[in-house]
Amino acid sequence: MQACHLTASNLACRRGERLLFRGLDLALAPGGALHVAGPNGIGKTSLLRILAGLLSPFAGAVERNGMVALLDERPALDQQIPLGRALGFWAELDGVGFLARESCADYMGLSDLLDVPVRYLSTGQRKRAALARMQCQQAPIWLLDEPLNGLDTAGVKLTETMVADHCAAGGIAVVASHQLIALPSPIKLELAEFIP
Amino acid sequence: MIGRLLIRDLALLMPISKSGGSILPLLFFLAVAMLYPFAVGPDAQLLARTGGGVIWVAALLAAILPLDRLVAPDLEQGVFDQLALRGISEEIALMVRMVAHWLSFAPLLLLAALPAAALLSLDGDSLRKVLLGLLAGTPGLAAIGVMIAALTAGLRGGAALSGLLLIPLAVPILIFGAGSLSRPDGAGIALTAAISLVLVAMAPFAGGAAIRAAREG
Repeated sequence: MQACHLTASNLACRRGERLLFRGLDLALAPGGALHVAGPNGIGKTSLLRILAGLLSPFAGAVERNGMVALLDERPALDQQIPLGRALGFWAELDGVGFLARESCADYMGLSDLLDVPVRYLSTGQRKRAALARMQCQQAPIWLLDEPLNGLDTAGVKLTETMVADHCAAGGIAVVASHQLIALPSPIKLELAEFIP
Repeated sequence: MIGRLLIRDLALLMPISKSGGSILPLLFFLAVAMLYPFAVGPDAQLLARTGGGVIWVAALLAAILPLDRLVAPDLEQGVFDQLALRGISEEIALMVRMVAHWLSFAPLLLLAALPAAALLSLDGDSLRKVLLGLLAGTPGLAAIGVMIAALTAGLRGGAALSGLLLIPLAVPILIFGAGSLSRPDGAGIALTAAISLVLVAMAPFAGGAAIRAAREG
């Protein structure tokens, strides 16, 4: 895994007229895991999108070194085509081979579903597919927004192991979740502490 | 990378692919050409004089039909976000989308113009002008389509709005394109091509800005 780091200094986020949080600092080195916790609507998704560079912060700055992979509630897989081809599109864009795609799908228990069009998949299967897409990207920085939503117990275990393996290999993981998630030596960030 | 994007977009938009777009815009185009003689009567001279214009209007309206599935599904599914994370800007994604959109409707439209011309009893010279004009004008229509689809993607009722927005933007193409039929020289076609070029150059940037604005909103 290439060297990576993720730091944010004095972040503030405003949505509409409301200031969601301010004065937020974080620094993650290779192997670091961060659990962003807090009730619904407190700005977990916004924070992750700011860290990904998809949303500009109201104040502060984010410094990223390394490719970012984002998992949110939208799987970004084409509905009409079989899962294998939908995953294959991203695998080809990311320049990873056919084998890597197969092993990521296998890992998430999707190998029997590769011929099924994405629109026939259940909520949990879609989440597994999105996790496979993210794993396949082989990016050092992972941003996971509510990764456990819709997953069964086995899926939760798989995801926790996947994140642990990623961190053990020197990657960074930021997980936003209102649920409990077992992370390796996690730093917990309560967003409620940063409400103005 | 661009090739891979284009293959995906073509698979999504081409009417012939299994998972892709629909043949309905084309049938709609032919239906207009078929209905028009019924409406104005079988006067061959009148049909030949006005038929070229009817083909142009039908082509313009057929270009509106696929707009709601051009950008909105990808925005909803977060595809543009995932592309941005991989360093592929919205401008490039939309430029590729524009090419795919043109390929998915224009060549078939040109083919369908042949039976339409027969239905409207156009002579060979008018048909040649219609085909050349459509060849010059359809890239502009595709550019307008991508621009409007990106602008209305985040809005409720975007499909109805896109139809309304396309009409005024497409008027210059229509004026010069259909106007070239009544001129002996090719000046109208050249002007149509010029407008098309401007629109094609502008559309990815305007559309990209619209998608980024939708993301921030």
